[in-house]
Amino acid sequence: MKYFILVWAGLWRRPLRTILTLLSIIVAFLLYGTLHGVTSSFDDAIDQMSDTRLRVQSRVNLIESLPIAYLPQIEALPGVDGVGYYQALVAYYQEPRNALQVGAVGLDGFLDVYPEIVVPEDQVEAMRRTRTGALVGRDLAEEWGWNIGDRVTLRSQVFTQADGSDVWDFDIAGIYEFDEAFGDFAAQEIYVHFDYFDEARIQNRGMVLLYFVKVGSVERAAAIGQRIDAMFENSRFATQTLNEKDWVRSQIQRIGNIDFFVNAIIGAVFFTLLFLTGNTMWQSVRERIPELAVLKTYGFGNATIVGLVAAESLLLCVSAAGIALAAAATFFPQIFRSMGIGGLPLPASVIALGLAIGVFVAIVSALPPAWLAQRLNVVDALARR
Amino acid sequence: MTALVTIRDVDKGYVRGKQRVEVLKGLNLDVETGEFLALMGPSGSGKTTLLNLIGGLDKCDKGEVVVAGQRLDKLSSGQLAKWRARHVGFVFQFYNLLPVLSAERNVEVPLLLTKLSGKQRRQNVRAALELVGLGDRAKHKPAELSGGQQQRVGIARALVSDPTLLICDEPTGDLDRESSESVLQLLELLNRDHGKTVIMVTHDPRAAEHASSLLHVDKGVLSAEPLETAA
Repeated sequence: MKYFILVWAGLWRRPLRTILTLLSIIVAFLLYGTLHGVTSSFDDAIDQMSDTRLRVQSRVNLIESLPIAYLPQIEALPGVDGVGYYQALVAYYQEPRNALQVGAVGLDGFLDVYPEIVVPEDQVEAMRRTRTGALVGRDLAEEWGWNIGDRVTLRSQVFTQADGSDVWDFDIAGIYEFDEAFGDFAAQEIYVHFDYFDEARIQNRGMVLLYFVKVGSVERAAAIGQRIDAMFENSRFATQTLNEKDWVRSQIQRIGNIDFFVNAIIGAVFFTLLFLTGNTMWQSVRERIPELAVLKTYGFGNATIVGLVAAESLLLCVSAAGIALAAAATFFPQIFRSMGIGGLPLPASVIALGLAIGVFVAIVSALPPAWLAQRLNVVDALARR
Repeated sequence: MTALVTIRDVDKGYVRGKQRVEVLKGLNLDVETGEFLALMGPSGSGKTTLLNLIGGLDKCDKGEVVVAGQRLDKLSSGQLAKWRARHVGFVFQFYNLLPVLSAERNVEVPLLLTKLSGKQRRQNVRAALELVGLGDRAKHKPAELSGGQQQRVGIARALVSDPTLLICDEPTGDLDRESSESVLQLLELLNRDHGKTVIMVTHDPRAAEHASSLLHVDKGVLSAEPLETAA
C-alpha cells in the first residue's frame, strides 16, 4: 500500500493520455456489459418461460388462426389441467404509432393458465360482469394515466364491427400486475373478453390465434403436445405445439446465433484494447526510464519495479472495467425494462468474467513494459544512453 | 580513522558498439570514514565509473571493491540493491526528482523500502527537508522549485535514510554559482556536522575546494595532482 503513491504518480504523469485510455477501456467494457446484458436477458427470458405450459398455434405460420371448436377437444385430453385461448386485436390508441398489445381471451381459462397475472378478486369479478371490460397492465395504465372505470377507445387495423367501424370501446374493470416470483416483466398488455369481441367483429369469427395449455408435469408436456398435433394433423387447421420455453428459444434462434455475434464483437474489441493499453503502458514506462533508474539506484529491486508497472496497469484496466460494469449493471436493465423485455440485473457471472478480462488485459499489457523496466541498466539509464 | 571504501587493483571496461573501452585499469583507492573526497578529471576519464563501483551501481571486471566492510564485487544485483538501500545516498547532476510527486513525497521514496511506519517516514522526511532548508517547500512539486532548491530536495532524499555514504555526481553541474555555493556548503555541513562520508565528482575546481581531499582521475588512473601538472 505504501507504494501506491508511486503507482498513482506513474499513472497521472500524462493525465490526458491516461484519461483517454481510461475512456477507451470503459467504452469497451460498457459494450461487453451491454451485449452480455442482451444475451443474458434472452437467457433470462427463456428461463422465466414455463415448460409446463404449451402453446398451440397454426402449423402454417404465426398469424394463421385455429377454430375455437378445438377448445373442448384439447380440454378433454388426459393430463391437461386447463386451457386458455387468445386472439390479438392489432389495435392502437389515438394514433397508429401508439400500437398496443390487446388480446381477446376466455377470461377464467386464461387466468387459470397464467397464474403469474395477478388481479384483485373484486376486479376479476367486475371484469366478469362487464361485457366490454378490460384488464390493463399496470405499466400501461401508468403510462397513459388510466384508472379503473375509464373508457378506453381503441382502433383496430384488422378487425371491424358489423357497422363497419374499426373503433372498439372498452371499460377498464381491473389493473393487473405480474407476480415477481415468476420474473421481472413489464405489464403492458390489455385483455378483453373474447366472446364480446368475437360477436362484434365481422372477420374471422370463431377463430383464435393461440391456445395455451396447462399440463401437470414437464415429463408429460411433450407427449401431450404430440397428441394435440396428432389430433388435428389431418384437419384444415393443423397445429404446432411447443412448450413456452422451447417456443421462445426457437424465436430467438430465428434472429441468428446471437452468442456467436456477441462473442465475435467482444473478442475484436478486447483484442484491439489489448494493443491500446499495451501501447499506453509501453510509452508510459519508456518515458520514465530515468525515474525508474533512480528508483533502482535507491535500492528498488527488479521484482518491486515489475510490481509497480503491473499495479499501474491493473489499476488502470480494472478500475475502468469496474466503472463500466457498474454502469452497465445499473442502467441497462432499466432500458430493457422500458422495452418490456425484462429488467433483470447483469448476472454476477458476467460481472466476474468482465473483471477477470480486465485483469487479463492489464497483465498482458504490463508484460512488455515490465520486461523493459526489469532489464533496465541503471548505469546506462542514468547516463541517458 | 578507518577506511570506509577500499578499492584494490580494479579493472573496468565497457563494450561500446563493437569496441571494448578500458576505463579503469589497476585502480587503488582508500576513502576514510568521514572524509569529503572530490574527484576531478576530464570527461571520459572514469570518474563516474569509479563512483558507480563505489555506490554499488556497477561491478568491476577484476579486483576488489569493499565499502562499509562489504565486498561489493561478490554481490548479486539483488543483493547490491538491498545494500545500496541501506548504505548509500545518491545526488545526481540533474536532480532526477519524480515530477508528479511533491518535494516531501520525493524525499520519502528511499524510505518506502524500509519498515518504518507512515508517521515515522513523515517525521524523517520533515527532518531531512528542514536540514536542507526547505521545510516550507514540502508540498511543492519539482517544477515549482528553482534548480538549487530541486538539488536540495535531491540531497534531502539522499540523506533521509541516514546512509553511511553520500555519492554526488556533479551535484553543481546544472546550477548557477550562487546555488552551487549553497549546495556545496550544505554538503560540507553534512560531512562536518553529521559525519557523512561524501564522495563527489566535479569539474569545478571551486567546488573541489569544499572537499577535505582531492584526487584527479585521468585515463583510469588516480593521482593527487592533475596528470599534466604532475608531469
